Amino acid sequence: MNGFSTIKTITRRELASYFTSPVAYVFIVIFLALTGIFTFLLGGFFERGEASLVRPFFDWHPWLYLFLVPAAGMRVWAEERRLGTLELLLTMPVTPWQAIVGKFLASWFFLIIALALTFPTVITVCYLGKPDMGTILSGYLGSALLAGAYLAITCMTSAMTRNQVISFILSVVICFFLIAVGWPPVTAFFSGMLPDRLVDLISTFSVLPHFAGFQRGVIDSRDVFFFISIVAFALFCTGVIIRNIRSGN
Amino acid sequence: MIKVDNLKKFFGAKRAVDGVSFTVERGEVLGFLGPNGAGKSTTMRMVTGFIPPSEGKVSVGGFDMSEQPLPAKRLIGYLPENAPSYNDMTVSGFLGFAAEIRGMTGDAKKKAVHRVMEMCFLESVMHQSVDTLSKGYRHRTCFAQSIIHDPDVLVLDEPTDGLDPNQKHEVRSLIRRMGEKKAIIFSTHILEEVDAVCSRAIIIDRGRIVANGTPAQLRQQSELAGAVTLKATGVSAEQAQDRLRSASGVKNVSIVQKLPDVAWLRVYPSNKEMNGALAREVATLASNQGWKVEELHTEEGRLDEVFRNITMSDTNKATQS
Repeated sequence: MNGFSTIKTITRRELASYFTSPVAYVFIVIFLALTGIFTFLLGGFFERGEASLVRPFFDWHPWLYLFLVPAAGMRVWAEERRLGTLELLLTMPVTPWQAIVGKFLASWFFLIIALALTFPTVITVCYLGKPDMGTILSGYLGSALLAGAYLAITCMTSAMTRNQVISFILSVVICFFLIAVGWPPVTAFFSGMLPDRLVDLISTFSVLPHFAGFQRGVIDSRDVFFFISIVAFALFCTGVIIRNIRSGN
Repeated sequence: MIKVDNLKKFFGAKRAVDGVSFTVERGEVLGFLGPNGAGKSTTMRMVTGFIPPSEGKVSVGGFDMSEQPLPAKRLIGYLPENAPSYNDMTVSGFLGFAAEIRGMTGDAKKKAVHRVMEMCFLESVMHQSVDTLSKGYRHRTCFAQSIIHDPDVLVLDEPTDGLDPNQKHEVRSLIRRMGEKKAIIFSTHILEEVDAVCSRAIIIDRGRIVANGTPAQLRQQSELAGAVTLKATGVSAEQAQDRLRSASGVKNVSIVQKLPDVAWLRVYPSNKEMNGALAREVATLASNQGWKVEELHTEEGRLDEVFRNITMSDTNKATQS
């Protein structure tokens, strides 16, 4: 059995376990309800009078994901540790990396499924006008990458503890930090005290400017690389944490 | 099949396992005994590759666990302590996952799942999710997972914990049957299990092996081993005690329990290797004296006594502090 089929088996099991519990359905309903509320009520979709999803729809995603992605991913490792199945999984012929990647992919697919279910919004905007489909697709791509980055961080915090609540809070804090350093009110606050170049440097760690490109319809390889490197770094840390759990330190 | 060489594990300053070595060959069932916290589970976790040892080596089927973990792990079936399993899955789904991870697909997977469900009496609950099951069923589900790939090596951490007497009996006979073809390590603190199942037993205390041998050899270490118990009427206990003390080969005679009409005595030999000679001696003496013997037998020794003597130090310390 090669590594890929092991990953596939783990991913399938994890994905199935989302849908056998009510978690998946509750999550999807809340996600769709919130995107609807944000887009049509708070985002002023109709008042804008433009056939675009950039501002009313995608603008909310970094904030929406801030709470929803940690909620979807907090159990990934914490539950495994609490139930003791971590011991079972890692004494099967599975390398820690296969388990880490398999679990991450499963939760990511789940988030992508939830994201894909927002398609009625796209239909609405197409019905009302002629939006630029390229921009919408790149927005979705950026949104999926953003969710992946948050999710990888949640995987990491989930491995740190047996307690899902702690995992949730930690990942919200870290993800909020990743938003805040590039959020205009915060950068404005910093620019009063720090040189502009330093403020720019700090804000490149934020997800917001990297996500903004996708919203405008620009797929910049640097932005893609930014999100992928967050995922890779967080999953690497997950690996280190799991190794430490096993050696009992 | 399993070779463990000078295994050590430190958790901070605490030495959980301190230089454990043993081997288990195919056809052997090794019982792992010890008080709570003696290092049984930690040793098993190192054998199965869940935690890396601080020092020492584990090899399974010739594969070094730290250098070639995957081929080594393929040979092992493992039942961890408390029998964890994925609560949200159904029994058959969970076993299917275990089979798939072991590289089985399609028909082979289906057959393997059915085989172990039959062996572990899980057919009636196969479509139930694990968290709705009682403890015994959950335990057997995890046990089924450990034998799904018919492994050469089985490591079972307290396989009969939480089962009712019938289930205990089933699991023991299953282990004994499988032990004919596999190398099995199992831990327990139920001493009768050692007699019922093991071909060899190791007693571990504070991270060290303090005894290693067949159940019979371990029993030999008991003070009781080789003593002769006598129940006779027609004589008072004190009289019989005095008479027996002067017999040859007798070290001491104690009264087991004072009963009104019966002398119930235990005769300890001066030399443990007497092999029934003491019993013959006592029998001859009794018939010469005209005692009416109701019961006469040589004690084999008791494992619980050996266990207590060897591992006592630990509980003593705990009660003193």
